[in-house]
Amino acid sequence: MTYAISIKDSAQNFECADGDNVLQGMLCRGREGIPVGCRGGGCGVCKVRVLEGQYRTKTMSAACVNAEERSAGYALACKLFPESNLQLEVVGRIGRSLARKSSSTGFHFYTSAGLNDGANKLED
Amino acid sequence: MAITGVLRPGHVALRVLDLDESVTHYTEVLGLKETGRDDQGRVYLKAWDECDHHSIVLRAADSAGMDYMGWKVDSDATLDRLAAELEASPLATDTQWIAEGEHMRCGKRFRFTVPTGHAMELYAHKDIIGCETGYDNPEPWPDDLKGMAPSRMDHCLLYGDDLDGTTDVFLNILGFNLTEQIVADGGKLRIAAFMACSNKAHDVAFIRQPVKDKLHHVSFQLGNWNEVLKAADIISKRKVTLDLGPTRHGITRGETIYFFDPSGNRNEVFSGGYIWYPDKPTITWTDDQIGPAIFYHDRKLNEAFLSVST
Repeated sequence: MTYAISIKDSAQNFECADGDNVLQGMLCRGREGIPVGCRGGGCGVCKVRVLEGQYRTKTMSAACVNAEERSAGYALACKLFPESNLQLEVVGRIGRSLARKSSSTGFHFYTSAGLNDGANKLED
Repeated sequence: MAITGVLRPGHVALRVLDLDESVTHYTEVLGLKETGRDDQGRVYLKAWDECDHHSIVLRAADSAGMDYMGWKVDSDATLDRLAAELEASPLATDTQWIAEGEHMRCGKRFRFTVPTGHAMELYAHKDIIGCETGYDNPEPWPDDLKGMAPSRMDHCLLYGDDLDGTTDVFLNILGFNLTEQIVADGGKLRIAAFMACSNKAHDVAFIRQPVKDKLHHVSFQLGNWNEVLKAADIISKRKVTLDLGPTRHGITRGETIYFFDPSGNRNEVFSGGYIWYPDKPTITWTDDQIGPAIFYHDRKLNEAFLSVST
């Protein structure tokens, strides 16, 4: 059995096999849309919000998704297992606040301290 | 004794989300040996060639990351002297003594927090239980190795904001040397510091990022490039999450592969590098050459490598 996973405001959608997590489903079909980090529930890069559908989750870092967020549908895609078709909104970011791309050098490290001190707070 | 003061990295305490899965990873995939469990449920592990009781401590927690990194010093006198200097420094905060025996078979530890937010510890004693091959007419390696089987826990790379403050503590209080650095803004701003207390290319490294107390990776040493390639096979065979590699670093010249433990803590196994002596000039990389500095073959950075931490 597979479930259809769609991402809000994106043309990206993919099938996810029953028993696979959403990130696995995306990666094994060569699809994109959700940022990929540690894939172990620890870093928070693949954070999503489930807008529609039934699912279960496995253990993920409370520093990345707190209890209040969990009850509001937030989860890490690497620990999110669909039990119906899902519509998701991508929340996590990669390479935006911790390392910023610059057109001249390819990468530019942040040079000012104190932009945030939260655990993996990846908002821009 | 040629190396005095702080001798080497002694232990790294990691938070993991599922203890059993993590113990399986660190014993079967990485190939450390479990040496004990305490009444708090913490699991102690060591690599085959290490003499002390443990170098990795795993604790079940609701978040991943590093609790603290411990450093072995050469004597009680050094421990007391460095503790007094750290107590007197505004750069070391949350200073405290941890009682003997709080870690299994480890003497008292002096814990402090450096300006990047990482907790560090110094200790002078940990029970020597010996390496797997012994010390009398030893064979070169033991027979019952599993997984990647590194010889030792080697170093950590840590992310934090006040790189200058933390570098100051390591260089000017703890007596480390700056082996390599990455600089930006025409040399005015240091964005990475690689430091050694011994004659390795690094015993710890920090990269300036706008966060506190983040672990980029904990690293373990292999014997040669073929063992790094075999580690890549093990990563695929055991369906471990690969980060990147095998490749070589420009910085430290290490031959390397990165992967994640089941909680998302990044591990490295590496070989190579060089011997660093105190009269060797510091190697400086400029930020326009950061690609080959970090990934010598690809010559470009990878967003996940730079951005993902626990």
